[in-house]
Amino acid sequence: MARKVSLFVPCFVDQLQPQVAVDAVKVLRRVGCEVDFLPDQTCCGQPAFNTGFWDEARPCAERFLRVFKDAETIVSPSGSCTTMVRAFFPELMASGALHDEAVALGKRTFELSEFLVRQMGLTDVGASFAHTVTYHASCHGLRELKLRDEPLQLLRGVKGLKLVDMLRFDECCGFGGTFATKFESISVAMGDSKADNIAVTGAEYVTAIDPSCLMHVQGILGRRKDRARAIHLASILASEA
Amino acid sequence: MSSAAEQFLRDAATKSADLVHREIIRRNMDSYEAAHQRGRSRIKNWEAARRRCQEIKREAIEHLDKYLLQFEEKVIAHGGHVFWAANGDEACAYIKDLAVSRNVRTVVKSKSMVTEEIHLSPVLEKVGIKVWETDLGEFIVQLRNEPPYHIVTPAMHLNRQQIRELFREKLGEDIADADPQKLVALARRKLREAFFAAEMGISGANFLVADSGAIAISTNEGNGRLSTSLPRIHVAVTGIEKIVPRLEDLGTLWPVLATSGTGQPITTYSTLIGGPRRPSEADGPEEFHVVLLDNGRSSLLANAEEREVLTCIRCGACLNICPVYRNIGGHTYNTTYQGPIGSVLTPHLRGNDFQHLAQASSLCGACSSVCPVNINLHHHLLHNRRDAAASGNAKASERAQFRLWRTAMLHPGLYRLGGWMMRRSLRLLYGMGLAGTVFDPMRAWSRKRTPMPLPAKSFRTRWKEGLEKEEQGRGQVGNK
Repeated sequence: MARKVSLFVPCFVDQLQPQVAVDAVKVLRRVGCEVDFLPDQTCCGQPAFNTGFWDEARPCAERFLRVFKDAETIVSPSGSCTTMVRAFFPELMASGALHDEAVALGKRTFELSEFLVRQMGLTDVGASFAHTVTYHASCHGLRELKLRDEPLQLLRGVKGLKLVDMLRFDECCGFGGTFATKFESISVAMGDSKADNIAVTGAEYVTAIDPSCLMHVQGILGRRKDRARAIHLASILASEA
Repeated sequence: MSSAAEQFLRDAATKSADLVHREIIRRNMDSYEAAHQRGRSRIKNWEAARRRCQEIKREAIEHLDKYLLQFEEKVIAHGGHVFWAANGDEACAYIKDLAVSRNVRTVVKSKSMVTEEIHLSPVLEKVGIKVWETDLGEFIVQLRNEPPYHIVTPAMHLNRQQIRELFREKLGEDIADADPQKLVALARRKLREAFFAAEMGISGANFLVADSGAIAISTNEGNGRLSTSLPRIHVAVTGIEKIVPRLEDLGTLWPVLATSGTGQPITTYSTLIGGPRRPSEADGPEEFHVVLLDNGRSSLLANAEEREVLTCIRCGACLNICPVYRNIGGHTYNTTYQGPIGSVLTPHLRGNDFQHLAQASSLCGACSSVCPVNINLHHHLLHNRRDAAASGNAKASERAQFRLWRTAMLHPGLYRLGGWMMRRSLRLLYGMGLAGTVFDPMRAWSRKRTPMPLPAKSFRTRWKEGLEKEEQGRGQVGNK
């Protein structure tokens, strides 16, 4: 029986990088999932939560619980937004009646690579991508969801893909949500350090599981007119020969 | 925005664009990192060691009252004195009065961040006492008349050429080739004179051992031992949170502190001091004083959510791994304690003027991943942000912005419309070549990054129109 999956598309993916979600759908369908998208979903509340406005974030989180109430399995092409749901919803609702529901929701919400490897037991999703690729470990995925090997396992399963190691692959790219604009100079300096490390690898593409990090990295690479381009893991996995 | 926040923004912009600084720090951090990694691999089970240190320090903090009194009792029994200072002024006054009443003319200090916290040296200098910093790094920053750049390595931001220049100017000797050994020898010669002249030695303490009434000091240059044994008076100044229950706890804490601080298996000099010289002993001070500083710590203790911040052993590992620290450097923080631990701690110790520090983080969590006592530093930054917003110190415009944002997120129709309008207007603006200019509301993004992608259709629109139909029309998938 096909596994039913409800797609959680973070607001900035919906608005700015829709192709990432389109590619996630393609991959999930290819591995036999039945994919649904609940059009009532908006934002999980992370921007407000991370900025300290928990009272503004809480109603968004509560709304998220209502929208996804009946979803068996929720999958998102973002480690950061998955972290918001799994790690921070329970804290945000610590004192409320919805706490247990939030914990339960977190347990059935997965980041895409986590879902494919840990839930579906797959490392080869039938993708083909004949390029040199280096991997950046996004902070939330790595340190909150403990996704260290899963994305790499999937990349190793892609036909034609040459994976090259990056120095400080687990150092933050400097995005950090509103940090990127509030502390533009620090964020850009961190992005430049990341771009330097990417350049050394000689890779054509840098990939990650978080669209927000990649948008920042691409912004920096673009300004520098560097060779490498940022691409989401879902887009690599969606590629076929 | 507080003036401290504005200053921070200015300094951060200057420092993060300073490529010479970035290179010095990168080189120093690279060598630290290699040593740290080697150090951790020497410990059979690093994670178990961290957990043990966390347990020890948590136990100490949870029963701080009991252990501090036990410590005090032992110190007094050994013939020492204990002074409880509610704040920095009380601590400074006690030490100054003690020095004046004992006719102290010269003080030697071994490294202590708490004396930086209470600004002790200026107080002593004001009454005509000469104060020597005897840790080499501290000696260097003292000559430069600046605060320590880093809680463990105070002069990390300088290269040997800069130190040669400094010594030439301030000590009157030019070490022609800036040979590190010769530079050190020069500092040592000067400091020996100070050690023999000083009537009072002031130290910090890495740990206060409750069951034996001893202070534990870890140093690498031997200056700690000279400062605490040659002068006739020894004053140890330390925060009340430095307590550990038992002497045997140091068996885990000492190697873990050394590993996290510098990558050493154990620091070169690990010293335990239990009181003044006893009748049968050949050396040591005639008087031994311990100043236990509160200065905001007990109110942090009262806060169950943030209490674990007091378990910090000041190893500096969170500074070393922090990508923000690496780019803006220690002085930009303008605090005694820099880096992640400083951003977490300072608003609790010094109030609302330092709330901006919690915002100056990408929340990457690298700090928490290396903390030897498992303090969840980046989550505490989140808490500080929450407290700042709740305290009403948040910018009114930002609050209004998030209220508006919330309204949109609670109404999918509004969200769709808002998103469409934003993309549409920015596309128009960028089409006119205005990205990154004053007309661009997203210029803080697009001044130094290529503009964000602005697709004509959102995902939900494409989903509604049917992805299958799209698939048939296009063969290739890419990140467009």
